[in-house]
Amino acid sequence: MLEIRWHSRAGQGAVTGAKGLADVISTTGKHVQAFAFYGSAKRGAAMTAYNRVDDKVIMNHEKYMKPDYVFVIDPALAITTDITINHKDSTKYIITTHMSTEELIKAQPKLEGKDVYTVDCITIANETIGRAIPNTPMLGAFMKVSQMYDIEFFKESMKRVLGKLPQKIIDANMLAIQRAFDEVK
Amino acid sequence: MAFDKMELQKIEVWDGNRAAAQALRQAQVDVVAAYPITPSTPIVEGYAKFLADGYIEGEFAMVESEHAAMSACIGAAAAGGRVATATSSQGLALMSETLYQASGMRLPIILNLVNRALASPLNVNGDHSDMYMIRDSGWIQFDAFCPQESYDLNLIAFRVAEDHDIRLPAIVNQDGFMTSHTAQGVHTLSDDEAYAFVGEYKPMNDMLDFEHPVTHGVQTEEDWHFEHKARQHNDLMVKVIPKIKEVFADFEKLTGRKYNLVEKYDMDDADVCVVCMGSSVETAREVATEMRAKGIKAGVVGFRVFRPIPFAEIIDALKGVKAIAALDRSSPNGAAGTLFNEIAGALFNTDTKALLSGYVYGLGGRDLTKAHLTALFNELQANVDAGKVTTQLQQFIGVRGPKLAYL
Repeated sequence: MLEIRWHSRAGQGAVTGAKGLADVISTTGKHVQAFAFYGSAKRGAAMTAYNRVDDKVIMNHEKYMKPDYVFVIDPALAITTDITINHKDSTKYIITTHMSTEELIKAQPKLEGKDVYTVDCITIANETIGRAIPNTPMLGAFMKVSQMYDIEFFKESMKRVLGKLPQKIIDANMLAIQRAFDEVK
Repeated sequence: MAFDKMELQKIEVWDGNRAAAQALRQAQVDVVAAYPITPSTPIVEGYAKFLADGYIEGEFAMVESEHAAMSACIGAAAAGGRVATATSSQGLALMSETLYQASGMRLPIILNLVNRALASPLNVNGDHSDMYMIRDSGWIQFDAFCPQESYDLNLIAFRVAEDHDIRLPAIVNQDGFMTSHTAQGVHTLSDDEAYAFVGEYKPMNDMLDFEHPVTHGVQTEEDWHFEHKARQHNDLMVKVIPKIKEVFADFEKLTGRKYNLVEKYDMDDADVCVVCMGSSVETAREVATEMRAKGIKAGVVGFRVFRPIPFAEIIDALKGVKAIAALDRSSPNGAAGTLFNEIAGALFNTDTKALLSGYVYGLGGRDLTKAHLTALFNELQANVDAGKVTTQLQQFIGVRGPKLAYL
């Protein structure tokens, strides 16, 4: 069982990202689950989304999880929310920030000794898609860190998931995924 | 046909709402009248979008309240159309008057009830308060534990409800957010397969049949009211369960997916078991398997059909078990829980003298964790070892503050 927790703000596309990832993984024959905590969330409110991946049907519907990966797609959430809750020693963090990994850990001692990767998904999204929607770049970074799939396979799959969007937007998302894949450290 | 078909993948990653909306599209529902409410909104929104995109030949009516939504559904069903809608929580509460009209008028409307807590305090998350609130309304109630079942049970519900021997409305329940907004792999049928399974809608006593004028929604006083209600109850008690079994069997032939009135998991030799509904059933199954590895013979019983109550199947499922936990995701507000009472009533005249205890859990979407269920199975085993219920009969799981226990 692979478990992922997303930290996001409502409106940044974490749910779409989690469902998109689930969609791609499902085509490879694995079982998937993607869900979120909504509450009465307003646009901009901190929220979490989740993925589960397994070789067998996923029957567990508890919301509690000790994630293998934590994705933080809004830079401020690494500072203002408890992104290390329910941590395990093997948990990997991929965090959106303009800082280097060293600078971020220095600024956030709770990340000391943890497996932290950084990438500036906001800037990448702004420069490619033209809007601060950091979900698809995060998935590009995840492909690099996890080596789950070949990046070309992943991009082809995401083209299908993004399906009915205008071609220009799909192309921009592909650039965003590739840039995050190349830039995550 | 004047609408487009949709190419689906064999397995689509859909949440429970999407799965239900796709089933409504494939059933080619004629009329959806709705007043959208969280967390059921994407179902009617999905129907409206499919309609606007040319995938359905039908009508979508946005009305001014849930009371009006079900009223419009009743009108459309009486006129002779295939009709469905969706709601949750407060919406169902406002709809409740008209639910009794629909069942009394024998109109086979399909309602997707995405289970959500009832205010106050206001809460959009999942529990079974709304499902329980209208359990005496004369509607058939199915319960989906995951998105796949939301899809399947919608297709099944049309077949059961619309059968001319049945002619009763049906609710398909799914857990708000935990199922409705959780995306999982859903095995799909092609549009042609699904429509062939549901079948063409065959109206009965339809008001638009001007050659055969009929009256719907009449007044009867003490002269006939009781006979109408008794016959409605009779059909629920006598005809619906065999029909559901027949449609489940046909569905299994088509898809290989087998449904039962009461879903048993590892119950053949179980000493202890949890009885519950909704997504909790699946989590409990996973924990039951883990308990077996620890030497506790655990099983799970899930109610697939909540109304009519599958009385004989409950007795059969629980035969021989030594301790039962009845889990209710709704505050009984001054009584034992509903499942506790249903099980006690079913077993009372049988030889099964299991130790029965009730638990209230998960109100307003509070998480039911595997750790909770592990502790619960251990508690049931302790009851078996002691030969009596070692706790009070009603406890709460997962609530903060001092421990609450009653009865």
